[in-house]
Amino acid sequence: MKVLHNFLERLKPNFEKGGKLAKYWPVYDGFATFLFVPGHPVHRGGAHIRDGIDLKRTMNTVITALIPALLFGMWNTGYQHYLALGIDATFLEQFIFGAIKVLPLVIVSYAVGLGTEFFFCVIRGHQINEGYLVSGMLIPLIMPVDLPLWMLALSVIFAVVIGKEVFGGTGMNIFNPALLARAFAFFAYPAYMSGDTVWVNVSTSAGQAVVDGFSGATALGTLATTGTTVFSAWDAFVGTIPGSIGETSVIAILLGAGILLFTGIGSWRIMLSALLGGAAMGLIFNAVAPYALSEVQQQFMAVPYWHQLILGGFAFGIVFMATDPVSGSQTDTGKWIYGFLIGFLAIMIRVFNPAYPEGVMLAILFMNTMAPLIDHYVVQANVKRRKNRILSQGSI
Amino acid sequence: MQELINIFVKAIFVENMIFAYFLGMCSYLAVSKKVETGVGLGLAVIFVLGITVPANYLLQNYVLAEGALAWLSPDLASVDLSFLSFILFIAIIASMVQLVEMAVEKFAPALYNSLGIFLPLIAVNCAILGGSLFMQERNYANITEASVFGLGSGVGWFLAIVAIAAIREKIQYSDVPKPLKGLGITFIITGLMGIAFMSFMGIKL
Repeated sequence: MKVLHNFLERLKPNFEKGGKLAKYWPVYDGFATFLFVPGHPVHRGGAHIRDGIDLKRTMNTVITALIPALLFGMWNTGYQHYLALGIDATFLEQFIFGAIKVLPLVIVSYAVGLGTEFFFCVIRGHQINEGYLVSGMLIPLIMPVDLPLWMLALSVIFAVVIGKEVFGGTGMNIFNPALLARAFAFFAYPAYMSGDTVWVNVSTSAGQAVVDGFSGATALGTLATTGTTVFSAWDAFVGTIPGSIGETSVIAILLGAGILLFTGIGSWRIMLSALLGGAAMGLIFNAVAPYALSEVQQQFMAVPYWHQLILGGFAFGIVFMATDPVSGSQTDTGKWIYGFLIGFLAIMIRVFNPAYPEGVMLAILFMNTMAPLIDHYVVQANVKRRKNRILSQGSI
Repeated sequence: MQELINIFVKAIFVENMIFAYFLGMCSYLAVSKKVETGVGLGLAVIFVLGITVPANYLLQNYVLAEGALAWLSPDLASVDLSFLSFILFIAIIASMVQLVEMAVEKFAPALYNSLGIFLPLIAVNCAILGGSLFMQERNYANITEASVFGLGSGVGWFLAIVAIAAIREKIQYSDVPKPLKGLGITFIITGLMGIAFMSFMGIKL
């Protein structure tokens, strides 16, 4: 490591002000600080309490939390593939097949996203920061496995440029960039982002064929069209069902949620209130199911409320997307309202809107637009309360 | 009742004046720098839409539409005055806005000053005339439906301007590239909010 450090130090003058490559300082800085903690003077002794947590460590924690979902997603991709072809395959074969399918998505997402980010940093002359590391991992996890790579690349560019850089970069965006990438792909290429055929890779080589009666539809997809699903609650909890790469396994997501909650990086208020909101809407649906308009909707509404919570991207969305500290509500009271409405709307959209059986993405995007408003009124209420307190004290 | 709720929800979310039709953009962009003024203008728009749509509904069905004058005398059953609808709708809207303006000036002078020219300009706000024209085009069955539609469109517009005002207050601290500062970034945000509002497209109650 010492060698590398010396090498970087030797390069440094070229990039500093006056050096011949000064224009590319952000690129140098990005790589150097990625490897080494920038030279903060650390005070030894005395009353300087330091926790070195910075953006970098925050982002790394989130990525660690995403790893269970990523690994499970890889295995599940292979599992679903061999299941569709009716071939017995070992665990390793399934995992390797999945890795071959999933890793290109991850690589393209990072390469394109970081490339765009570097480009902007050099033009605008600000520091490269780690904002994209998490989005770059989230984006492949919320895409169907068969998405063509160029579509992924376009969505990533859209998310980074329109979702983030025009607002001034990491920490200043209004919408969650990963969700914007998915929404962009969803509305631009609906045939590749929804339906029955995109969730499972059924590419066959010579001598292979898809088994009879195979259906690649997700649980929510079949619920929205027929009112029933073949997958049990246990399947949905473990995650051996078709779906976007990272969203299927509630267990893997709970592991990630544990990491986020333990380190205090994800907001427990948002997760809990979103869960409550989803359960509340589920209970309302259970109660009013007999009065639904159509039979399909009636059956969909009658799905037990706890079952609704483990289907589709709900768990993934509220753990990794809704807790985004930038685009979500910033105040504590606001977080409760924000989370509750996300859960509430997510379940509502998926039942009421047959076109979008997956409601959580749009529910979070919608609440992203409303978060500043919620914060505004929470702050105003606080100001008012304290003003009243001062006034009432002054009158004594 | 179900039909009324359906019309109301649809007017707010699915057929939002701003995000689905991009109507009334001028005051939406100009008055959305602060939440408070946004709320003021939004309430004024709710009021004006809530009054003018049913008023224009009566005008449409008892004066303008083909055969609407039959209640005066059977000879007039073949008269079709709908070519006058633009002018008369605008006349009703303008007089209502005059009313609102007087009320705001009397009861909330601070708001009156901060809204400035945009309060009288509600009269030519496309969302208001749009509401009346949508009402004419969609043939609502009775005046209750028309007023619910008017109120719903107003609430949708209110929601849009308040949300963008809060976002614009927040991004004051963002390092937006210089060419995009101000209106440019507001247009981009509006488009992104439109994507978020698409979540409600196709909802049937």
